[in-house]
Amino acid sequence: MSGINFLVTILKMRAPGMKLMRMPMFVWTTLVTNVLMIFAFPVLTVALLLITLDRYLGMHFFTNGLGGNMMMYTNLFWIWGHPEVYIVILPAFGIFSEVVATFSRKRLFGYTSLVYATVAIMVLSFCVWLHHFFTMGAGPNVNIAFGISTMLIAVPTGVKIFNWLFTMYRGRIRFTTPMYWTLAFISTFALGGMAGVLLSVPPADFVLHNSLFLIAHFHNMLIPGTLFGFFAGYAYWFPKAFGFPLSEKWGKRAFWCWLIGFYLAFIPLYILGFMGMPRRMQHYENPAWHPYLIVAAVGTAVISVGILCLMMQLFVSIRERHARRDMTGDPWDGRTLEWATASPPAVYNFAVIPVVQDVDAFWDMKERDVAYQQPTKYHDIRMPKSTAKGLLTGGFTFLFGFSMVWYIWWLAVLSALGIVFMVINRACDDNTEYVISAGEVEKIENERYRLLASAAANRAAEGV
Amino acid sequence: MATDVSTIDTIYSEGTEHSKIIEIQAFGFWIYLMTDLVLFSAIFASHAVLAHNYAAGPTGKDLFNLPYTFGETMVLLFSSATCGLAMLTLQKGRKAQVLLWLAITFFLGLGFIAMEIKEFYQMIQNGHGPEKSAFLSAFFTLVGTHGVHVTFGLIWMATMMGQAAIKGLTMPVRSRLVRFSMFWHFLDIIWIGIFTFVYLMGVM
Amino acid sequence: MDQPQIDSTGAGRGSFNAYAVGFILSIILTVIAFALVMNGGLPRSAILFGLLGAAVVQMLVHLHYFLHLDGSSSARWNVLALLFTLLIMFIFVGGSIWIMLNLNYRMM
Repeated sequence: MSGINFLVTILKMRAPGMKLMRMPMFVWTTLVTNVLMIFAFPVLTVALLLITLDRYLGMHFFTNGLGGNMMMYTNLFWIWGHPEVYIVILPAFGIFSEVVATFSRKRLFGYTSLVYATVAIMVLSFCVWLHHFFTMGAGPNVNIAFGISTMLIAVPTGVKIFNWLFTMYRGRIRFTTPMYWTLAFISTFALGGMAGVLLSVPPADFVLHNSLFLIAHFHNMLIPGTLFGFFAGYAYWFPKAFGFPLSEKWGKRAFWCWLIGFYLAFIPLYILGFMGMPRRMQHYENPAWHPYLIVAAVGTAVISVGILCLMMQLFVSIRERHARRDMTGDPWDGRTLEWATASPPAVYNFAVIPVVQDVDAFWDMKERDVAYQQPTKYHDIRMPKSTAKGLLTGGFTFLFGFSMVWYIWWLAVLSALGIVFMVINRACDDNTEYVISAGEVEKIENERYRLLASAAANRAAEGV
Repeated sequence: MATDVSTIDTIYSEGTEHSKIIEIQAFGFWIYLMTDLVLFSAIFASHAVLAHNYAAGPTGKDLFNLPYTFGETMVLLFSSATCGLAMLTLQKGRKAQVLLWLAITFFLGLGFIAMEIKEFYQMIQNGHGPEKSAFLSAFFTLVGTHGVHVTFGLIWMATMMGQAAIKGLTMPVRSRLVRFSMFWHFLDIIWIGIFTFVYLMGVM
Repeated sequence: MDQPQIDSTGAGRGSFNAYAVGFILSIILTVIAFALVMNGGLPRSAILFGLLGAAVVQMLVHLHYFLHLDGSSSARWNVLALLFTLLIMFIFVGGSIWIMLNLNYRMM
């Protein structure tokens, strides 16, 4: 449902002038992520449906006897499982694109190739799933076909990395916390990617499957990739969402702890994988592994300090929020349209929908000197009404799941009926919008412009 | 600057709003249909893999009654046609006729489900239920999932007939009927796949 | 009453003739498919191709006459979405059958 929501909004409800090839890179990766969600999740639904039927109604899809085939579960699961990891990483790639451009004060290098690379990932991510079970019995033809497709999928990511590097080249880089996360990502993620290409060779995977090498590889993707991307996005967009920035000092401390901690915790695992240590061990007897595992343990301790620093950062930032209030809505001198709104934005986001003329639409408006022009006329704005019905439906769904797990049949039937009732109820709902009058909009906007003016006056007074 | 605002004005005018909203909602529903297509294909794929795992039990040839399946197919196809007629009368804004054609579609759909339930019941009574072999599990699940979708369609149809009768052919009602008809036609397309791959090929 | 031009194949452009033609074609194609199997006669591969062909054509008939899919610009994203779905389906259904056959051959 979320996938459809984002896809239709992006394809059908863009601002005037916002052609697809003018969208911020983050919106592109969001689009592709949602396509992956839309097409991959139904396969997981089927895998889970069939195994549920096996367990609750005694069917034989994946059983040992009466014609079942266990590998079909593995097959279906990973058809979902591989697109899933791209669903996880692509938004982070989008965040990095935004951060790199903003803090290099430069337009993203190779926008078109970035878009094509993202779309290539979208298609290729459906072509590689067998690499999750190279060792489970398929012949060499099948294995090598998927091995080659897996090697291919590393290429578009490589294209993206080069584009980010070229964006930074000859830029005027500002070393803010989001930029720190990004710089660490570029180098560390590349390392993990190379491990992935090694694993994509089926004979190598036969040695390394389910060893700590594999664990190191995917944590190397998840932590410097996804997690650092989310940390960068968290630091980057926090001021927009809440109206005050996060403490740079604590952000950088958290960063160094996470980065050093990550290397300490996971590089030894690559070595241990080569030494033959498998994953999921309850205890180990091999003394040769011991020193590396100690180093890894120290790494986790350093990471915990990093987590504490993040919590400290939030605490300190909230405490200082009034002194550090962002009055312009644009603390980073941003390039994309979200920075044109107040921080936090009004409930309607934009009082008047902007007309887009170029990539980095807000930067373009700044260069044409039309960035903060107050419009002459405001319109009524129709907004969706809040409702508890989604939450209620979710509540019934929770009860249904709970009762199915514990075989509480009467509750299962009742909650299923509850879900159907809520859906029909919502389907008959015509009263789903409310209107913010033009006068109300004007009041909110005037307040915004007043804050902008006072921020400008403050800057002038400080001689900035 | 002034020109920027006037371009925006056209977006706010009421006339374009309605048909644009219906179009956007129909497109979103089309994407949902695509996900449903993926869902059915995954079940089709499982059926393809397991279709010959009879576990020394009955095969398609033993169980399927092709004239009966042909009858089911015709009932569903007719219901698709009457649904189309309902949409034509919707375009002309004739509420009574819309309700009439929807009612006919409903009873045809109900007939289809009744035929399917009868088929399932007989198979289970004869000891050929879904827990007897992988082939039977795949058969019951694929055909049954389609049947569940049709049943949800019937519930949706009944809800829409209620809405149309009570509220009349308002914009939200029209938009929902558009999406309902897309769903109903889509289910007939899935049925083409089912009678071809499950029944006809299953008998060969 | 106002006649909205709906699309993204939410119809609005249907006509009685379109539904009638689609309906007749569907009946013919269904009869062909059932007749191929119920009358035997032809060699197995010919029947299979016939069935596949009849099914594909009937699906296209439904898509065009009932779901109003065509080459017009308003349906462009719908066609693209459908083609992408078919691509994904082809890859994972075909891939699954290939993998499972391969596994069955080697492991059973």
